[in-house]
Amino acid sequence: MKRKFFYQLLPIMVLLLTLGLLVTGCGASKTKENKEGEKSTRSSEDTIKVGILHSLSGTMAISEVSVKDATLMAIEEINASGGLLGKKIEPIIEDGASDWPTFAEKAKKLLQQDKVAAIFGCWTSASRKAVLPVVEEYNGLLWYPVQYEGLEASKNIFYTGAEPTQQIVPAVSWLIKNRGKDFFLLGSDYVFPRTANKIIKAQLKAEGGNLVGEEYTPLGHTDYSTIINKIKTARPKVIFNTLNGDSNVAFFKQLRDAGITSKDITVMSVSAAEEEIRGIGAQNMAGHLAVWNYFQSTDTPENKAFVEKYKAKYGQDRVTDDPIEAGYFGVYLWAEAVKKAGSTDVDKVREAAKSGIEFKAPEGLVKIEPENQHTWKTVRIGEVQADGQFKELWSTGRPIKPDPFLKGYDWAKGLSAGQ
Amino acid sequence: MDTLLLQIFNGISVSSILLLIALGLSITFGLMNVINMAHGELIMIGAYVAYVTQLVFSRYLPKELFGLYFIVAIPLAFAVTGLLGLLLENVLIRFLYGRPLDSLLATWGVSMILQQLARNIFGAPNVDVVSPQWLNGGLQVTAGLQLPYKRLFIIGLVLICVAGIYLFFYRSGYGRKIRAVMQNRNMASCLGVPTRKVDSYTFALGSGLAGIAGCTLTLLGSIGPTLGTYYIVDAFMVVVLGGVGKIIGTVAGALAIGILNTALEYSTTASIGKVLVFAIVIAFLQLRPAGLFSIRTRALD
Repeated sequence: MKRKFFYQLLPIMVLLLTLGLLVTGCGASKTKENKEGEKSTRSSEDTIKVGILHSLSGTMAISEVSVKDATLMAIEEINASGGLLGKKIEPIIEDGASDWPTFAEKAKKLLQQDKVAAIFGCWTSASRKAVLPVVEEYNGLLWYPVQYEGLEASKNIFYTGAEPTQQIVPAVSWLIKNRGKDFFLLGSDYVFPRTANKIIKAQLKAEGGNLVGEEYTPLGHTDYSTIINKIKTARPKVIFNTLNGDSNVAFFKQLRDAGITSKDITVMSVSAAEEEIRGIGAQNMAGHLAVWNYFQSTDTPENKAFVEKYKAKYGQDRVTDDPIEAGYFGVYLWAEAVKKAGSTDVDKVREAAKSGIEFKAPEGLVKIEPENQHTWKTVRIGEVQADGQFKELWSTGRPIKPDPFLKGYDWAKGLSAGQ
Repeated sequence: MDTLLLQIFNGISVSSILLLIALGLSITFGLMNVINMAHGELIMIGAYVAYVTQLVFSRYLPKELFGLYFIVAIPLAFAVTGLLGLLLENVLIRFLYGRPLDSLLATWGVSMILQQLARNIFGAPNVDVVSPQWLNGGLQVTAGLQLPYKRLFIIGLVLICVAGIYLFFYRSGYGRKIRAVMQNRNMASCLGVPTRKVDSYTFALGSGLAGIAGCTLTLLGSIGPTLGTYYIVDAFMVVVLGGVGKIIGTVAGALAIGILNTALEYSTTASIGKVLVFAIVIAFLQLRPAGLFSIRTRALD
């Protein structure tokens, strides 16, 4: 009888042991990181603490880990060149675990317990919307590095990624002029694609384009045969692709197998950068387009140095992309503001940042717009090459002013955030 | 007309993929009554086997042979996941027979461990599997109707798998032993069937089929640590709808869901189509809790 009991317990013990091993494994690596942090600083009073809040596990880890790496790299560079206000920057890394309540919780921990001067992080709009009330309540600063759907401005957030008029709107105008008027909108079923498509539909109406179809698929959807059949029937010139994550892989593979090439229909993506192309497979995407503010192939001296440093630090097979770059220069913009303010106090830093902070980022000159705390950015359209890099087809040539509420566009009146 | 024909083909194609991912589960869940939440991760491992085989072929073997990697990867995926299934059965599952809820919890833990392992070994980002050249493109039937070779290949592969399983279960001595154990364990044991061994091998067979499914899915979609989670719900839905314990049920379940899904998706949208399929399956199970094909056996009482 006892023996049987033992056998019943055994699997649970094995499971606990394995889990224990995994947890201690993670713990070990964490303490190592802390030790490295300690080595560079004698006591915590000589340091400026900043938080890095990204999904290091879960479905979003795919994208966010590399942004965390770039943010860390910027912090290390600033430390190596003498630090900030005579102090070293001490990064505290938290894992949002692709879970929005966790993001809010960790942001609260960073602000309340660690008293960080700024937080660099978030990727999905859902995580940003979860962190937003926290940074507003505790008067923190969030530097948000990813392109998003716009229609938002918080005095506690600085947006270093593009808003729609710096990505989607110029892309639609360019497509109408260069690739044709008939648009098919395809996106994942959540807030970013739905809001983006609402903007695109208004713009198409104003600029003489036609909407021939609009489809949304659940996140993680993998069978696109029916949708591709619908696309064939609708005969668009352009597919505007706001799919996120893994669905892109399935979509591009199956589109190619259905015999549709970039010569028949151009796919314009807004959420697939160099990092994602590695997973989609360059051969599946070659010839199609994407619109961003930065490509790894962007030709500036700052970018050459940036790509070299990033590869030297994290491996030659790694690539840089737009959110990685925005995560990187965000730290520098914040550091410039701190220098100007002579303090890390949030209110003083915000005022300094809004007084016209500039930085020569890898994508070119970036500066903060005082009106809405977004960044002036150059817009670029690139064609995917066989090696997974982009060839720039078009660019605005200079940074353009952020306009997250699309005030500069008559056709955008009446658009609002959310569904 | 072309659109309709293509849509019918799509329906069959989706069914074949559903069937492929559910075949292994119909053995472990349907026959053995083990709720294996790690089935999706076994699929994921099969996909990574294809990835690694491709790497080996492109790095160490002459270029002309590259097209063959996929043919090698399929049995390799079967072997790797089959062995893993054997291991899993011996260290964990065998203590949990007859306790479906416990096996659900334990295998869920296993699935998380396997996902994290994949993330540690291959990294969090998706990896790219280049499909062999002979599977690219499609069969041009008429001007507007092109059937992708990959989908045709998958349909063929599924037919072979189903035929193989049928022959194994209903025409071979070992298959007869398996059925005997599943239907009446004590009686089979009395008659000298080594039930422990049969359990092990049956579970390994189900796991191996998951590996084949994973290997094949690399043709269509993404290969990442979370690959399995996308398919696990569909796989369970197929087996439950078909009626646990019958292979013919799984085939019917996959066909029903696949064709229903593409038809509804075409007439509505992808999200609504999926919800409708769920709703119809649930409603159907209210009327016939045992699924399309029910089996009378004492083991399931």
